[in-house]
Amino acid sequence: MAAQPAVKISRKDFVSDQDVRWCPGCGDYSILANVQRVMPDLGVPRENVVFVSGIGCSSRFPYYMNTYGFHTIHGRAPAFATGIKASRPELSVWIVTGDGDGLSIGGNHLLHTIRRNIDTQILLFNNQIYGLTKGQYSPTSEVGIKTKSTPQGSIDHPVDPIAFALGCGATFIARTIDVDAKHMQLILKRAHEHKGTAFIEILQNCPVFNDGIWEAVENRKSRTTAALVLEHGEPLVFGQQGHRQGIVFKDGIPSVIDLADDDDPIERGVVVHDERPNASSYAGVLASLRRPDFPIPVGVFRAVEKPTYEEMLQAQVDSAIADRGRGDLKALLHSGDTWTI
Amino acid sequence: MTASKSRLKKHSERVERVAIRFAGDSGDGMQLTGARFSDETALAGNDLSTFPDFPAEIRAPAGTMAGVSGFQIHFSSHDIHTPADQPDVLIAFNPAALRANVDDVRPKGMLIINIDSFNQKALTRAGYDGDPLPDLRDRYQLVEVPFTSLNREALQGLDLSQREIDRCKNFFALGMLCWLYGRQMEATERWLGGKFKGDILEGNVRTLRAGHAFGETTELFPVSFEVPAAKIEPGTYRNITGNQALAWGIVAAGVQMERGVFLGAYPITPASEVLHEVARYRHFGVKTFQAEDEMAAASSTIGAAFAGQLAVTISSGPGFVLKQEALALASMVELPLVAINVQRAGPSTGSPTKTEQGDLLAALFGRHSQSPIPILAPCTPGDCFHIILEAFRIAVRYMTPVIVLSDGYIANSSEPWLIPDVDALDRDPIRFASAQDVGEFQPYARDPETLARPWAIPGTKGLEHRIGGLTKQDITGNVSYEADNHRKMNQLRKDKIAGIAKQFAPIEIDGPVEGEILIVGWGGTLGSITAAVEAVREDGLSVSRIHLRHLNPFPKNLGEILGRFEKVLLPELSDGHLALLLRARFLIDIRSLTKIEGQPFKISELTEAIRELHSSSTA
Repeated sequence: MAAQPAVKISRKDFVSDQDVRWCPGCGDYSILANVQRVMPDLGVPRENVVFVSGIGCSSRFPYYMNTYGFHTIHGRAPAFATGIKASRPELSVWIVTGDGDGLSIGGNHLLHTIRRNIDTQILLFNNQIYGLTKGQYSPTSEVGIKTKSTPQGSIDHPVDPIAFALGCGATFIARTIDVDAKHMQLILKRAHEHKGTAFIEILQNCPVFNDGIWEAVENRKSRTTAALVLEHGEPLVFGQQGHRQGIVFKDGIPSVIDLADDDDPIERGVVVHDERPNASSYAGVLASLRRPDFPIPVGVFRAVEKPTYEEMLQAQVDSAIADRGRGDLKALLHSGDTWTI
Repeated sequence: MTASKSRLKKHSERVERVAIRFAGDSGDGMQLTGARFSDETALAGNDLSTFPDFPAEIRAPAGTMAGVSGFQIHFSSHDIHTPADQPDVLIAFNPAALRANVDDVRPKGMLIINIDSFNQKALTRAGYDGDPLPDLRDRYQLVEVPFTSLNREALQGLDLSQREIDRCKNFFALGMLCWLYGRQMEATERWLGGKFKGDILEGNVRTLRAGHAFGETTELFPVSFEVPAAKIEPGTYRNITGNQALAWGIVAAGVQMERGVFLGAYPITPASEVLHEVARYRHFGVKTFQAEDEMAAASSTIGAAFAGQLAVTISSGPGFVLKQEALALASMVELPLVAINVQRAGPSTGSPTKTEQGDLLAALFGRHSQSPIPILAPCTPGDCFHIILEAFRIAVRYMTPVIVLSDGYIANSSEPWLIPDVDALDRDPIRFASAQDVGEFQPYARDPETLARPWAIPGTKGLEHRIGGLTKQDITGNVSYEADNHRKMNQLRKDKIAGIAKQFAPIEIDGPVEGEILIVGWGGTLGSITAAVEAVREDGLSVSRIHLRHLNPFPKNLGEILGRFEKVLLPELSDGHLALLLRARFLIDIRSLTKIEGQPFKISELTEAIRELHSSSTA
């Protein structure tokens, strides 16, 4: 790979020859375009990239990427990715899943993949609905949502993907928005740079079964007040000139304060964002912020270092070979007590 | 050691075969004692067969019937095939062990009991109303040995707690048995030396030797027994259990096919031992992964196969059914992997430590829709090694998942195993597709002979492609919902699996090639069936026998063989799965002999059925 002169690769190199079959207006188109746009900048040869998915609208994603791809079983993409990455740590493995695939039928696999810190990027498209099965409520749907399977309204309390990832001990957690190309590309690059499981919740609109749930943050105008952009070392400030606001913590409880244009937010006690605290409680508070009382945080919630599963596994193989020499089958079969007739 | 001198003092009586059962609480170390005695017996050159039979509970309440653990060993100066129907000798460490096992002992057989444990409390706990010994003295040779106190005497002065001392008493009994049957003890002492140190080691060695000395001096045993070495094929042997052989087969596959091995598994009895064993061999480049559940075990294994590893997953019935979803995908995407099911008695949790052959139909038809997968079944502990190598060769050559059906009986049983000559084993380095040799890459273009699609792994430039569970278009592998293509792809997968039969050697018939009675067996029942057939032949019956290791596809000459016999008897440890299949497939009136007791066939059960079949009038 390294011997050949570098040929400039572009977005087009990552577009497969398959017709994309999502509904018109689906947020997935934008996500696909952004992933394809970012790929050439990552410095990974195309043949070393693997996209793995489960089942659902989002999980058709690998068919449209001109890389290696595996469209697997409902909920189990993280387990397939684990097998791939544990076997071949040099591959860049991406998991594409949705709120139903990842957090309902695949919740267990997601939990264990994150906790093992397998070096993979998990893109969880959250539209709070089952799309491919035609509109049932999902584990992230709000209580009360009326769907085909909940004609009187859902009585399930939703799970929050960020809080879930945090509970699993994720070393990298981020949230971005399907239509915010610039922000998503930034987050995708950060996720790829991160060594370990990078979990990204992508707020994604389903125009057919759950249209408009993220409208406040998708709309450019309302986004400035509806979204809180997290940047490491910067105060938690949102809103536009003349209506700036900030997040302060009092006894660990968050609240919103108004800021005058000439206020120094830090002097006013606005929390400065830190991606790397040892305790996950800070990120937990951030994860709990929701509208209408708070803006929706987007960006990197947490980025910490921990050894990855596959590197520790490989290290065990390497040290076993170093200590005992490469395995000798004949010696193994003749080990212990034998007798000759 | 004074073993050689002792022979001079007492008579030694020559016997051709002996079956001994060790029985005690699950914490008494019966499995260990049995395994050590087996190794010494193997080293003495006898043919042997063992049968561990233990409860699923790790430590059931002490002294109860529920907690009784047993280990039977049958050894002989000639070729034997089973652990024997009835033990000649029972060593019972407590009343519960006696009560649970005594009815199995042959009439006038020897009962060696730990008399120290026969107090009122223990008798009551075992469910005895009164003292059972007077009655047993009439029916058996009862030998009362105070194992507990003799062991305590032997270990006086060691810095061990009472509890630690008492835990050594199984080795006193082992030493005594070694004297009784002329076994050496060097291998056991070596084994102890590798396992323990300090006073624990000293205690075990001392009591082992004390047991031996007790045997040669006590008046309880007027004679010792000699079982001459068996005449077996020359070569170097070792003892091996089925699970150990599965594990070594997995390791060997990586060596012979020159590729890394990935084993994804979730703990389940009786398959976990394979995971434990393989995990010890990282220096062979083997990666084991203990998954979060059975679905993840199977899914990670398929992922590893996609990434180009020799991928294998292992479980038992309840775990195997959870893998069926993933196996259907593996069948659809046509990736090579091996899925092992060490069958146990079910349904549901069933009897985890007991054996059964009840998953054959699930292996064949337990997935949704049509997803043909080859099925192999090892027939002895040692065969588990060879069948894994064969399973991997089929998987890779035909690009298919392969199911291996072992069972709880051969998993835990041991036998002397002729160690294969590694240099003579097939060596099949894996060849992946590369951009040079495929031209324009098509993920579902097929080898005209095997119908296998190419194995193109990530990291290979120019072969980037996508696979998945959606119906594939022929050649391109693109998603297709077209009716004719769907039919064709189903047919191709079916033909591919059926075509594997071309590489199987024809079935060899043991006995006349045609005639009145044919016994058909599969998998782990080989030993019982072989012994039963030999027994009825000694009575003058003409009986033929075949045994299947390939359950899907069947060897090509199976139907023809079945048609050459008037009566076909098929014993299996299930409700008759293979019988149902053969009847449907070949329209032959198979007589099914079923047993669903969690135990292997007794030879007598089979000989009785064969004799009955012989005397029944032909339809």
